[in-house]
Amino acid sequence: MQISPDGNLLDDLRSVLGDRVRDGDFELGLYGKDGSVLEGRPSLVCLPVNTDEVRQIVKICREHDRPFLARGSGTGLAGGAVPVGDPVIIATAKMNQILEVDLENRIAWVEPGVLNLDLTKELTPQGFHFAPDPSSQQVCSIGGNVANNSGGPHCLAYGVTSAHVAAIEVVLPDGSVTLLGDLAAEPPGYDLRGLFVGSEGTMGVATKVAVRLTPNPPAVRTLLLDFPDVRDGAATVSAIIAAGLIPAALEMMDKRAIEIVEAFVNAGYPTEADAVLLVELDGLPGGVEHGVEVVRSVAERHQVGNIRVAADNEERELLWKGRKNAFGAVARIKPDYYLHDTVVPRGKLVEVLEKVYKIADAYDLIAVNVFHAGDGNLHPILAYDSDEKGVLERVHAAGRAIVTASIEAGGVLSGEHGIGLEKRDYMGMLFSAHDMATQDLVREAFDPEGFANPLKVLPSGSRCSDSFGQHVPDGAWV
Amino acid sequence: MGVNPLGAAPQEVHQFSEEVGASDPVTVVGGKTQWNVGGAPDHSAREVTAPTGIWSHEPEEMTVRCGAGTTLLELSEQLARHSQMVPFDMAPNATVGGVLSVGRSGIRRLRYGHIRDLVLQIRHIDCNGKIVTSGGPTVKNVSGYDLCRLMVGSLGKLGCLAEVTLRCLPMPETTRWLTGNDDPFEIYARLYRPSSVLWNGEQVWVCLEGVSSDVEAEAALLDLTETEGPPQLPGDGRSSVQPKELRSLSADDTNWIAEIGVGIIHSDKPSKPQQVSKTNESLMRELERRLDPNGRLNPGRQVVPL
Ligand SMILES: Cc1cc2nc3c(=O)[nH]c(=O)nc-3n(C[C@H](O)[C@H](O)[C@H](O)COP(=O)(O)OP(=O)(O)OC[C@H]3O[C@@H](n4cnc5c(N)ncnc54)[C@H](O)[C@@H]3O)c2cc1C
Repeated sequence: MQISPDGNLLDDLRSVLGDRVRDGDFELGLYGKDGSVLEGRPSLVCLPVNTDEVRQIVKICREHDRPFLARGSGTGLAGGAVPVGDPVIIATAKMNQILEVDLENRIAWVEPGVLNLDLTKELTPQGFHFAPDPSSQQVCSIGGNVANNSGGPHCLAYGVTSAHVAAIEVVLPDGSVTLLGDLAAEPPGYDLRGLFVGSEGTMGVATKVAVRLTPNPPAVRTLLLDFPDVRDGAATVSAIIAAGLIPAALEMMDKRAIEIVEAFVNAGYPTEADAVLLVELDGLPGGVEHGVEVVRSVAERHQVGNIRVAADNEERELLWKGRKNAFGAVARIKPDYYLHDTVVPRGKLVEVLEKVYKIADAYDLIAVNVFHAGDGNLHPILAYDSDEKGVLERVHAAGRAIVTASIEAGGVLSGEHGIGLEKRDYMGMLFSAHDMATQDLVREAFDPEGFANPLKVLPSGSRCSDSFGQHVPDGAWV
Repeated sequence: MGVNPLGAAPQEVHQFSEEVGASDPVTVVGGKTQWNVGGAPDHSAREVTAPTGIWSHEPEEMTVRCGAGTTLLELSEQLARHSQMVPFDMAPNATVGGVLSVGRSGIRRLRYGHIRDLVLQIRHIDCNGKIVTSGGPTVKNVSGYDLCRLMVGSLGKLGCLAEVTLRCLPMPETTRWLTGNDDPFEIYARLYRPSSVLWNGEQVWVCLEGVSSDVEAEAALLDLTETEGPPQLPGDGRSSVQPKELRSLSADDTNWIAEIGVGIIHSDKPSKPQQVSKTNESLMRELERRLDPNGRLNPGRQVVPL
């Protein structure tokens, strides 16, 4: 099935990158996957070290009529980095330098391959951090965060990646290099920066990013609330926000999540509870203490069991460790999982959660819920064993039912993981054909021939120029 | 086939799409509070006005959906009933659609961020008179390309804003303005996320917001005196620099007020148009060409400086 890359393409790329062009079977296999359940196969993998090399790779690809695909750490959950249409992969792993920390402007210039947590670690001693904190922050790249407009627990109060990116240097699909956005407050013209953020690699390759730095809060409080009934937990979420309080983070775990996480990290999570809320308040001390009181009184009106307030940083980190390791912990019950990422109005959390359990039952799967409750961002995990015959069909059917239920409740397809390959054929559930055609016109302004990460985000029918094939290749649904 | 494609567009939006139509040049009129930004529209353009009214406000969701022609006054009065706000900080007779089309943030951007980050969903009427929906009604969403951010600051040249869904914020318990003559950069460095720090080369104004005890504690760090509110901004002149470049400003014969930490300078001198790079200009022209091939939407105005 694999078309072997034509010799000239390989030679041309080697003349620029030497042995940083990889064509070995093992590596091509590795770069065929990301954090989703999808799989494809690239034609070649390039590991550039600077913008000029990226520019040359794009130029060579164009000369050989080859699409290309930017890849960060491959932790994306929607198949955005899964190669379809035989692209050359431009992996940013070797572009991992923090170039400049400009405290006066509260900006850091970084290369796209810098890992999210590495940046925050570098900034901590100076009293700052990079606010978007995906649960994958130890391994995901800033370039990937930009491309997916990633979120994370603390985006409830601080906003998602787009609000924290001032400027992006981009190699455009025609091989030219440009700066989108600026450090100045109001760059002239249309907001191309805002458009690029979240475009999932379909508008070019980010080669440098100017991210905004957020000052570390002077005070932080972390609370763990347990509820005998998940419905009261969810009602507490709505009531906290309705009381005019926006916590820094407001995360929820259901009974099954608590059990597996507790067995995994021993954080003292109450395994008898039906649900827990992990609430973090930060800012100036008065506001934080006021927040703690609001959370307490709201929770007490909703039949809360215990309220545990982390006494020190160590306890706080332990509570977070439980949350951040939840996905890994799922492996204790089943070897594989499929994670969804819809958003519903907070007031519909209970209703949709109940549907999720029913759907999982109907398809004979195990559902575990660990999610960003504060912004209604559900993350139902369907745990399964891929050795079971026919299980993937059930997983996909259940996934589709969950997406449908979320949209029926007034929600959206994705809160933070993106559309990629996985959800592109669901776009029509949310948008009209005309909405999607308009989105495609915008994409085309950057990439009329569809060279950059082809076949992603928009379903094939809505595109004017699918020059690299029409459908997800058969082999892609592994 | 859609199960519930972002809820159906209300009747008012359909009426507006008919009003915009598909053929002749049109210009959208809001409150005319920032009418001259980007230059005057062609005289030939027919004036249209976006629908008004708050169509839903769900205090527990902290979202509000309204016609783009709704004034900031009407919006803020509705939100205030539930102690909420959308920190646009512009003239009360400005319209939501107008403020977003111009894309300039108010003087509390330092704390609340750029106004484009408050937009969740936009329905606009395109050059064919058709309704286009982008974004989503929930507080978090990455479904599809981010047309909402593109529309903010587009002066209606890519589409006429018809309906907007915004994220609301809780109103702070206390708001205090202080003034004095200390160094604004030191003040900014000392405070934790102040709402605004303004400076005219001699005098500084600081806005502190939050619970009273925090506001008092922060105020105690500074040697400033209480004042009613922000100073009057001088004229319509507005330029933008990197925040650190504000240091090189000095009191001179022009009248200016700078937003410390942000990089906006308000002044009584008309602002010089900023240049965009050749590459960005061609991307921007491509967007205009694709989304409005005949240039019928707000002709005469320039988002991309000529
Ligand atoms: C355990 C786990 C937890 C997670 N938790 C969260 C969470 O809390 N919040 C959240 O938002 N996400 C989460 N994610 C998803 C994922 O980590 C994020 O989407 C992340 O930003 C992807 O970064 P990456 O470097 O791995 O990108 P990749 O997976 O390599 O790529 C993702 C997309 O970005 C594009 N891309 C990458 N680099 C560039 C570049 N330089 N220029 C242009 N395009 C580029 C790719 O083409 C692809 O479309 C989680 C994932 C896992 C596995």
